[in-house]
Amino acid sequence: MQSQTMQFKARAGQKLADQRLQQNLKKLSTKFVTGRAAAIAALDGFEDIRDAAVRRRNLALNTLDVWLERFEAEAQRRGTTVLWAQTPQEAADLVVRIARKHGCTRAIKSKSMVSEEMGLNAALEAAAVQVTETDLGEYILQINGNEPPSHIIAPVVHKDKEEIADLFAKVHHTARKTDIPEMTREAREVLREKFLAADMGITGGNFIVAETGSVALVTNEGNEGMCTILPRVHVAVTGIEKVLPTLEDLAAVMRLLPRSATGQSISNYFSVLTGPRRSGDLDGPEHMYVVLLDGGRSSLVGGAFAEMLRCIRCGACMNHCPVYQKIGGHTYGWVYPGPMGSVLTPSYQGLESTQDLPQAATLCGQCQVVCPMKIPLPDLLRKLREQQFERGLRPGMERWALRIWGYAARHPWLYRPGARLASRVLRLLGGERRRVQHLPGASGWTAYRDLPVPSQTTFKQQFAQRAREKNPS
Amino acid sequence: MKKRVGLFITCLADVMRPSIPMAAVELLEAGHFEVHVPMAQTCCGQPGYNSGDRRTTLALAEKFLDEFEGFDYVVAPSGSCMGTIRTHYPDVLKDQPDLLRRFAAIQPRLYELTDFLVNVAGLRQVTGQFEGEVTYHDSCSGLRELGIKHQPRQLLSLVPGLRLREMEQCEQCCGFGGTFAVKYGNVSAAIADDKCANIQATQARAVVLGDLGCMLQIEGRLRRQGDNTTQVLHIAEVLTGRH
Repeated sequence: MQSQTMQFKARAGQKLADQRLQQNLKKLSTKFVTGRAAAIAALDGFEDIRDAAVRRRNLALNTLDVWLERFEAEAQRRGTTVLWAQTPQEAADLVVRIARKHGCTRAIKSKSMVSEEMGLNAALEAAAVQVTETDLGEYILQINGNEPPSHIIAPVVHKDKEEIADLFAKVHHTARKTDIPEMTREAREVLREKFLAADMGITGGNFIVAETGSVALVTNEGNEGMCTILPRVHVAVTGIEKVLPTLEDLAAVMRLLPRSATGQSISNYFSVLTGPRRSGDLDGPEHMYVVLLDGGRSSLVGGAFAEMLRCIRCGACMNHCPVYQKIGGHTYGWVYPGPMGSVLTPSYQGLESTQDLPQAATLCGQCQVVCPMKIPLPDLLRKLREQQFERGLRPGMERWALRIWGYAARHPWLYRPGARLASRVLRLLGGERRRVQHLPGASGWTAYRDLPVPSQTTFKQQFAQRAREKNPS
Repeated sequence: MKKRVGLFITCLADVMRPSIPMAAVELLEAGHFEVHVPMAQTCCGQPGYNSGDRRTTLALAEKFLDEFEGFDYVVAPSGSCMGTIRTHYPDVLKDQPDLLRRFAAIQPRLYELTDFLVNVAGLRQVTGQFEGEVTYHDSCSGLRELGIKHQPRQLLSLVPGLRLREMEQCEQCCGFGGTFAVKYGNVSAAIADDKCANIQATQARAVVLGDLGCMLQIEGRLRRQGDNTTQVLHIAEVLTGRH
């Protein structure tokens, strides 16, 4: 997927002005934040469970190569073909080749963010393979001109029922419905034909399990079962960091994923798929493939951002992010939004084209508090800021301001008169109202808020005066 | 003999709101501590640290050690400045074994003001009075980096006449975020709007908090929206009646 992060600021402004979106984004705090809080409160020993899961993820990632090779061997032993891709483009090409090899022309797909990295739908369409998204949210986006998802687990969170009602009436050529069960039934009827006609099913992979060569899928709508059982060929695409050594590891992280994501103790559907249909099996695909994407992940191993690899894509960081709650996922401009995306996107796409992402955070720390994998997201954002600073990527004005501040802060003989001067200037600008409403160089502040004027004397002056009065010498 | 407390004023309060550190001095002296204010102090380095300038931050961390390591305690009337010092200096100093050793010696004696007043000074009574309801905003760094939650509430319960009325989402960020507030002023203000609405919904006379950055953000936004009545007060001001 092409990154559009360069337009961050312009898009943020548009999103803030979009009253409908602002209303829709409130779902994040009323639904996801409260849902997670209740689910975590109901879980005995959450902190211990979290620590244990973090340990398991770290152990797996510390010897990532070992577990990936084990996964490949175990999966192939059970009849699954494992393919490796360095880049998202290569991964998309592999899926296209699988389709060609088996003569597939109609693919059905369950939700996968890795496939968004790959731009998979466009690649398949270009190869004359018709693709249908079958997760309801993803389906809505697909029929709305291939709109990208704005959230990693709730792709259509930015839309409301009314918008979707309009869209269904337009695209399905049916009477407009606003009753959600009726709307869902309408989508299901459209999708049913696609399910039955499909010759290829594409899914993501929430985890892959090395000891059994399995792919684990966490979903809520049942479409995933259709995608993995009905068509002749099943292709799972996922990132190399998703490997877990054992089924016990899977159980450990599964105690956290649905609770952190949607506040469910377990998702409606949880599948562990191991190999294609065996003789005697009643159903299942004839061929099963797993395409494993690097896409920049291996470059994080052992480095300053290695902890990011623990991410299990629950979305809790964005649900709880005050910035995401205001600007929505599309503003971030690539596949992954919110705090985790603001670390991943610069890591995968380079800092030059993602200038705003590490900066557009208040560093309030709530993302780290709720992250089931204890990823220190604010620290990682700060590390990216360090790289921006060291490589001189920030605007000249900002670098100069920082340099002047830094020099003054290190030299008290300059700092004290400087502080007094600043105080005097602010008082002058504040005038009789005693509030500054326009401050050159800091219009980002004064365009939206007043600035009170400082008092006549600094604390240091007052304290020195007080000391003189107490001990007249 | 009285224990010696070094007061870290915080650069913002020195200029913008001297009543905060002055109230801190009063509270500490009332607790029978000898308060010292090193006059060469400037800033903890947080603006540099959060902007990626490690070198300046390191220089300021060393300067802090030079100025403050001789005291029995160091107290700051700000969760975000003390959060930078107590929580982040270990990272700032990580490649400087000597400085790190000096820091480790002082780390257990570093306190945010309300934490110090409750857990070290054991403050039992205050001089401030307040007639009516206030609501308390938990500033992010104090809450999440230093665990400041019950301390300010315990202290507010000592103020005669004051009643605490909690707001919705009192732990949600106000949108300040340091330079973020200037770089993304519109996003920052939109976040502040939710905070202001939650404050106003309590109908409290004042919102009380422990960080000047958040105070400027909340007060600035309230005033710009035309709310000239809701007071925005630092907890030290409330405890001493300096408002």
